[in-house]
Amino acid sequence: MRLEGKRLIWQDYQKEIADDHYFYARSCIRQTFFPGAEAVFVKILKDELGKDIYDEQHHTSCTGIGYHSDVVPFDTTMTVVARQFALMTAAGYENYAASCVTSFGLYTEILDTWHHSPETEARVREFLFKATGREFKKPQNLAHASDIIYKFRHQIAAKAKYKLVDKNTGRPLRVVEHIGCHYSKMFPHKGIGGAEYPYVLAGMIDAWGGEVIDYPERRHCCGFGFRQYLVQANRGFSLSCSKKKFDSMEPYEPDMIITNCPGCPMFLDRWQYALSEMEGKTYGKNDHGIPVFTYEEVAGLIMGYDPWEIGLQVHQVPAEPLMDKIGIPYDASRKFKGKNGEDLGIPKVPSYLKFYTD
Amino acid sequence: MGKHVVVIGAGPAGLEASASLAKMGIRVTLVEKDEIAGGHLKKWHSLFPASLPGNEALNAITKGFNEYVTLKTDIKITGLEVVNDYFTVSGHNGWQEKADAVILTTGYQLFDARRKEEYGYGIYENVITSADLEEIFASGKPLFKGHTMKPERVGFVHCVGSRDEKVNNLHCSKVCCITAVKQAIEVKQLLPEAEVFCFYMDLRMFGRHYEELYKEAQEKYNIQFIRGRLSESTEDHDGNIVLKVEDTLLGKPLRLKASLLVLMVGMEAATGAKTLTAMLGLKEVSDGFIQPVEETLKSNYTEIPGIFVAGTCTGPKSVADTLADARSAALAVAEYLKS
Repeated sequence: MRLEGKRLIWQDYQKEIADDHYFYARSCIRQTFFPGAEAVFVKILKDELGKDIYDEQHHTSCTGIGYHSDVVPFDTTMTVVARQFALMTAAGYENYAASCVTSFGLYTEILDTWHHSPETEARVREFLFKATGREFKKPQNLAHASDIIYKFRHQIAAKAKYKLVDKNTGRPLRVVEHIGCHYSKMFPHKGIGGAEYPYVLAGMIDAWGGEVIDYPERRHCCGFGFRQYLVQANRGFSLSCSKKKFDSMEPYEPDMIITNCPGCPMFLDRWQYALSEMEGKTYGKNDHGIPVFTYEEVAGLIMGYDPWEIGLQVHQVPAEPLMDKIGIPYDASRKFKGKNGEDLGIPKVPSYLKFYTD
Repeated sequence: MGKHVVVIGAGPAGLEASASLAKMGIRVTLVEKDEIAGGHLKKWHSLFPASLPGNEALNAITKGFNEYVTLKTDIKITGLEVVNDYFTVSGHNGWQEKADAVILTTGYQLFDARRKEEYGYGIYENVITSADLEEIFASGKPLFKGHTMKPERVGFVHCVGSRDEKVNNLHCSKVCCITAVKQAIEVKQLLPEAEVFCFYMDLRMFGRHYEELYKEAQEKYNIQFIRGRLSESTEDHDGNIVLKVEDTLLGKPLRLKASLLVLMVGMEAATGAKTLTAMLGLKEVSDGFIQPVEETLKSNYTEIPGIFVAGTCTGPKSVADTLADARSAALAVAEYLKS
């Protein structure tokens, strides 16, 4: 593999990312799946980088899951998104930062639709005004939250306490980067690095000391894919997608997986458990799985944040082997304790996947 | 002092047109931007359908040169003006010639396969183009980089940069189908145990003996023709190229590994031709090739009397068609100079 070939492509897919003053729209599902990720993003931007970020409480779902599952019509979706833009306008912001990859893709699609069809935009403005009395300006800058972390990846590296390096051998950790399909597959020029060889997460891995793995099923869907998962009868297909990826990445012996989409870490993490229960198969050595992280969690980890504060105890594949490799300390006795020290109870121990507790 | 013609571009069309004019006793200056004449043909190992070596073809064409031909290489055209009833052609290094007529034989450029990012050209070592393969054949170098699977497996992807709306090329490049058949046979001759696959949309075997060669490829060489487009290629842990392709006749997706993937790159209008078109104020057409004044009866004429066109600057052509077109242009010029 020639890295210079990828570098040439990366040069073609760079985009403007606002430097400050972000209107932050959260994901519908991330706070349940990986509850610390968005909090880490806000903390890093505010406390570490000194940026102004407005964490809006009143926005709704963008309807992306419903839209891509064919249950919400496009006019409805556009009107809901127009309301999000109206909230941004009312708050005095122009730079929209979406936590969710599907939302980011959907906002991009809608802005592109309006660009090519001003009459559609006018119609949506009318719908919104009739329904809510709100008006809006379109964002001056639209970014996915991973674009923003990518933009500040070197500043984060400069403040980091740890690197993505095996502390015992000095070897860069081998990292699988998995990009949400809606990040750049629909609009390659809206994603850092484009659709075929995205650089948004690879750039973080490079900056933070790791080594990116290019494996044959790198582009394949994680297995979320809405209809594959939401329609229960299709769920085997979802599991098959994830399995195909694990089988493909296994020979490279990855130390970890980093993702930038709400669904991908969920499925790449939880389906490792499901596959181990179904087939007795784990994808790491000695009954370990391959730990899966959001990019915010990884940023938090290398900055030295408490792993239980950033929610790593809810991962199905334990993060401890990775933290041991890097040399990140953690208090095992606090893993299943609540904020006030209350004992939350230990989950059922998997049959095959190695489980860590005090 | 007789009439003088400037021919711009010393590929097969420019060489043949110059030789034809010279044989008629017309003085020709043939100008080439590269240091060596011959265009793409000088890098081509052999030509379909009868495997004529590329260098033999070039030598045969230039044999027609006599004292009437002056070849000027390493000159990039910077100006082409119509002054009264003659033309002034200028080059980047102060070179200038007056001409009674000009033939544009600026040729084509190969599609840059890196634009089909999903195929991995420039990234994966064993993804090459049809032009690269000709150079490998000519040099005798090994086909594969690194170790390879046994038996070797080679895939050819047709229509790379041709008939592809996504790269803004709607045209068929005409020569790639038969070139793939020729190259697939050549690979089989080098590696009899290898499995060879051609992935195609349609097979356009329009020339004499093309269909026969295609049949021979299947019957004698057991080359597999799969109707379907490649969706992506990647590299596995052992350096093999992993292909995802649809077999549209079986209605099934295929996933297979190959030692080598050859991209049949198409022809695009050369950047130089576009510059000259702009200098002359000729009509721009969507595919970028130069538009003759009329395509059936006046295929060598442009809207400007005295400016003629030949070869692949007006659209994809085989070498045989290019040479015939060049001779046709030479006749048209001779007729014009008499009038």
